[in-house]
Amino acid sequence: MSKLLIFLTLIPLLPILTTSFSLENPSSRRVLVLLDDLALKSSHSVFFNSLQSRGFDLDFKLADDPKIGLHRYGQYLYDGLILFCPTTERFGGSIDLAAILEFVDSGHDLIIAADSNASDLIREIATESGVDFDEDPAALVIDHSSYAVSNTEGDHTLIASDEYIKSDVILGSKKIEAPVLFQGIGHSLNPSNSLVLKVLSASPSAYSSNPKSKLSNPPSLTGSAISLVSIVQARNNARILISGSLSMFSNRFFRSEVQKAGSPTKHEKSGNEQFLTELSKWVFHERGHLKAMNVRHHKAGEADEPTIYRVNDDLEYSVEIYEWSGASWEPYVADDVQVQFYMMSPYVLKNLSTDKKGSYFTAFKVPDVYGVFQFKVEYQRLGYTSLSLSKQIPVRPFKHNEYERFIPAAYPYYGAAFSMMTGFFIFTAVHLYSK
Amino acid sequence: MAASETSNGTALRYAFGNVLSFFILLLIGVLAFSIRLFSVIKYESVIHEFDPYFNYRVTQYLTKNGIYDFWNWFDDRTWYPLGRVIGGTVYPGLTLTAGTLYWILNSLNIPLSVETVCVFTAPIFSAFASWATYLLTKEVKGAGAGLTAAVLLAMVPSYISRSVAGSYDNEAVAIFALIFTFFLYIKTLNTGSLFYATLNAIAYFYMVCSWGGYTFIINLIPMHVLLCIVTGRYSSRLYIAYAPLVVLGTLLASLVPVVGFNAVLTSEHFGSFLVFIIIHVVALVYYIKGILSPKMFKVAVTLVVSIGLVVCCAVIAVLVALVASSPTKGWSGRSLSLLDPTYASKYIPIIASVSEHQPPTWPSYFMDINVLAFLVPAGIIACFSPLSDASSFVVLYIVTSVYFSGVMVRLMLVLAPAACIMSGIALSASFDVFTRSIKFQLPGVKGNSQVDAGDTSSEGVVAQNEVAKTYKNEEALKERPSKKNRKKEKEHVEKPSVKAQIKKRLLVLPFEASIIAILLLVLLGAFYVVHSVWAAAEAYSAPSIVLTSYSHDGLHVFDDFREAYSWLSHNTEVDDKVASWWDYGYQTTAMANRTVIVDNNTWNNTHIATVGTAMSSPEKAAWEIFDSLDVKYVLVVFGGLVGYPSDDINKFLWMVRIGGGVFPHIKEPDYLRDGQYRIDSQATPTMLNCLMYKLSYYRFVETDGKAFDRVRRTEIGKKHFKLTHFEEVFTTHHWMVRIYKLKPQKNRIRGKAKKSRSKASSTTSTKRSETQRKNPWH
Repeated sequence: MSKLLIFLTLIPLLPILTTSFSLENPSSRRVLVLLDDLALKSSHSVFFNSLQSRGFDLDFKLADDPKIGLHRYGQYLYDGLILFCPTTERFGGSIDLAAILEFVDSGHDLIIAADSNASDLIREIATESGVDFDEDPAALVIDHSSYAVSNTEGDHTLIASDEYIKSDVILGSKKIEAPVLFQGIGHSLNPSNSLVLKVLSASPSAYSSNPKSKLSNPPSLTGSAISLVSIVQARNNARILISGSLSMFSNRFFRSEVQKAGSPTKHEKSGNEQFLTELSKWVFHERGHLKAMNVRHHKAGEADEPTIYRVNDDLEYSVEIYEWSGASWEPYVADDVQVQFYMMSPYVLKNLSTDKKGSYFTAFKVPDVYGVFQFKVEYQRLGYTSLSLSKQIPVRPFKHNEYERFIPAAYPYYGAAFSMMTGFFIFTAVHLYSK
Repeated sequence: MAASETSNGTALRYAFGNVLSFFILLLIGVLAFSIRLFSVIKYESVIHEFDPYFNYRVTQYLTKNGIYDFWNWFDDRTWYPLGRVIGGTVYPGLTLTAGTLYWILNSLNIPLSVETVCVFTAPIFSAFASWATYLLTKEVKGAGAGLTAAVLLAMVPSYISRSVAGSYDNEAVAIFALIFTFFLYIKTLNTGSLFYATLNAIAYFYMVCSWGGYTFIINLIPMHVLLCIVTGRYSSRLYIAYAPLVVLGTLLASLVPVVGFNAVLTSEHFGSFLVFIIIHVVALVYYIKGILSPKMFKVAVTLVVSIGLVVCCAVIAVLVALVASSPTKGWSGRSLSLLDPTYASKYIPIIASVSEHQPPTWPSYFMDINVLAFLVPAGIIACFSPLSDASSFVVLYIVTSVYFSGVMVRLMLVLAPAACIMSGIALSASFDVFTRSIKFQLPGVKGNSQVDAGDTSSEGVVAQNEVAKTYKNEEALKERPSKKNRKKEKEHVEKPSVKAQIKKRLLVLPFEASIIAILLLVLLGAFYVVHSVWAAAEAYSAPSIVLTSYSHDGLHVFDDFREAYSWLSHNTEVDDKVASWWDYGYQTTAMANRTVIVDNNTWNNTHIATVGTAMSSPEKAAWEIFDSLDVKYVLVVFGGLVGYPSDDINKFLWMVRIGGGVFPHIKEPDYLRDGQYRIDSQATPTMLNCLMYKLSYYRFVETDGKAFDRVRRTEIGKKHFKLTHFEEVFTTHHWMVRIYKLKPQKNRIRGKAKKSRSKASSTTSTKRSETQRKNPWH
């Protein structure tokens, strides 16, 4: 009886359960958090609570727990993974480097927090994602000009940075007033790597070295080439957040007041909470996730999609683009979505106009070239998932009976031909019968 | 003995001859058809080689969608992404012929499949071609020569090579059309009938529909007309044979979409127009000569010559200007390589790369026309004794076709009918001489033969004066003259020709010599038959998509091509694009039904060069090129395991040349070590790193541990390597076809990775910058 009750109560929940499995729903709902030490659960509780309050189901495990695993029976158990275990050399259970990379490559999201003395494993995961931590394991980012003023420390490794990426999609539309506190290892990005973005970078005066030892060689990482927090959006739109500092997620940093060296203003609260909350929204696809659907095209004045166009046909093209808001698909509004009519190079390139309800449309004339064309929408904007739609459609030349039958310019020739025929006929008749 | 002098007896004899030659022709048709069935018996009823697959696919489309859709067919599955307008770029004759056959058979409730009809089209038309040869040779030298020529053509190896069952190509019907057009031309020339002239134009139209080789006709006939005019053989018959052909023929030819305005714009056709003008001038001269007194005529000649010169100069100036204004001087590459055999290899690698466009070797003459090569000179001599309009035509035909066959192997096919006609004439003439010699020396036949001689006489209109007599005479012994001749003979039956008798006496040979000569000729013929049957059974019947080889442990069948194509059709998406060298394009579209980038219709050199460049590039650059063309799969043909010599590695230098011709960063010397093409350890790094090498030899070392290539007879240079941008998805049983899939771009881009695999990551990360340079499409 009780089983039946449970079953009955589960039935209304079914839609919710199924939506969490749906591909249409990009939001990660179940997140595995791997920790070095379960104490982190309370020392970083503000960050975790903000995730939980947004509906995430966090599963805290020690990184070396022998029972952990990312998937079972070919199905992933989690939609996201948070690695707050900078010193772990080996994960427990079935998780290893390859498993994590495969997790990402199958479209799941990842947050990595490293720290000074980060393990090779964490470094290797970061490298595979396109981020290179400072090779010196004991190195910290040091900045003697934009450090956070504090009472206790004097080695200037606690940095207050406000050099954010300028993107409302990634960091939210609300401006982050207070600088972000950071204490940890710096990393560099390959400038030609287009998938990885520097979200928080160090100031030009920063450098990366071991504060305890004397600086003998020039530091390998200096200035604003140092990235403190980076994000990666893989080609399959899986998102990764990589931070060089675990402590920036901690309650202590979230709550501490901050004053940047040389700045008169003293902020009541550091920008960490806002910064990281907004960033986690982005990483878990609550913002900046687009989808395109209902790509349609047809001849002007018709409704059905043809299998082939003719050169110089007038056609109409439409596509619907929506953005995931964390709870539902909202119409995406922009004026820079373009469609290409493409055969080795774009023959037509048009901006799509939108009705602000998610639908984008345009009309154009097929060029006077036949071949196999594609309708292409390549929409890649900072912070948004990349939209890459292509739909193949052949364009044929005129049929033999689609040309004009009589051309006015040719009437003299018609006249000539027919008068010639008549003349020849009369001549023959006269010639044959005139005797 | 047909010695009876009564008209009744003669008629009976003629009727008997008629029936006999009818049955002989029927048997020749059966012979021509059945000798081409070896491929079906030894292999199976299947379409052969490359081009026939395209024709087959087009025929399928035609039978399914009807003629208008075929005419307007835009094929989006070849030449991706350019597509190809099939209706406007194909010679429709063959397809329409087979389609018509199919419709007729189906309307008679004979439910043959399209494939069966296509397979047997060529044998059927070779029977027609031998009958057409009979008609043509009969017009030239009488029925005896006609039958001999027909039987020779029915089994000439050169023609068999292009018309075995399954070889469903344009030439299959075009040779019939060619011979038939020539027959109608000669027929018109002999009769001066406008009816035959019209038929001639229609036959020419069929030829234009069928094959690009129609330009041979439209140049040969004007040459002959010019020859006749120059040698003073102008007659109204010549005018009737030529003028309607040019006017009607050109009008009809321009109706064929693939020819269109070429019929009046390209240089190949200019000769005919020039001769058209000349024949009118000559006709005018003859007319004026007829109505004027000799004195007045001399005055007129000066007038006409001066005016004619002016007109000619003007026309020539216009022609020269027209020709000079076009980039290739109005000649297409293939035609230019006919005139200058070195043209193609110098300037157009894509034409030179086709083996059938190469000049033939001497043995191939012996292989393809065998003893005919020795009989042809005799035939030419026979044609000169005496020379008529018709025999001068066949002499001109053999001379020009010998030249053309020396330029391109493929045109051996045009030579074959000419050689058969000539040999038929030669054999028939020599049999005539020998049998007559024997007959004259046999006791008791002298008188009769003289009476026979009296039967024949001049055929005024046909202008076959003395020649015809002697030959008619001999025909009376074996064959019978044509219907028309018989009528004439009845009229002139009482006019014995003294001259003929004298001539005949002079040609008598010793009895023993004649017997031996006849025996030798029969031996020669037997040798020809044996060789032809061998060629049909062994050399020319392989369908080339199924290969066989005999070894000590029996027969091996290599059906790898069809294995690969069916893998493609079952395991890939319908819209996937498959890249391969162009040789396999037609087969891929027809058998696997997948979109290809280039195919055997080599109309776009740049596109082929792009594929050639990709095959000669290192893996990553090749990936870029293929990706920009939306290619999903790459197919290579590899013969190194089983020793199949015409694989992609052997064709590779042509890919380099064709690619380098358009994209100069591909240089042929980079692939050669000291001018030698090699794939062993001495090969250049460029060669060992190019895509073709890698795709051919990937995992090859796993087969025998040494990676010994049985075609190149060497161990390969680089044995152990990995593919980074391609993955092997299918390799056929004998490794003859290997299919690779393009790997998708990496999901993530690695960092600098100080520890390991630094190479791989740095190459991936610099991808963007290199895209600009190496990819020819950007």
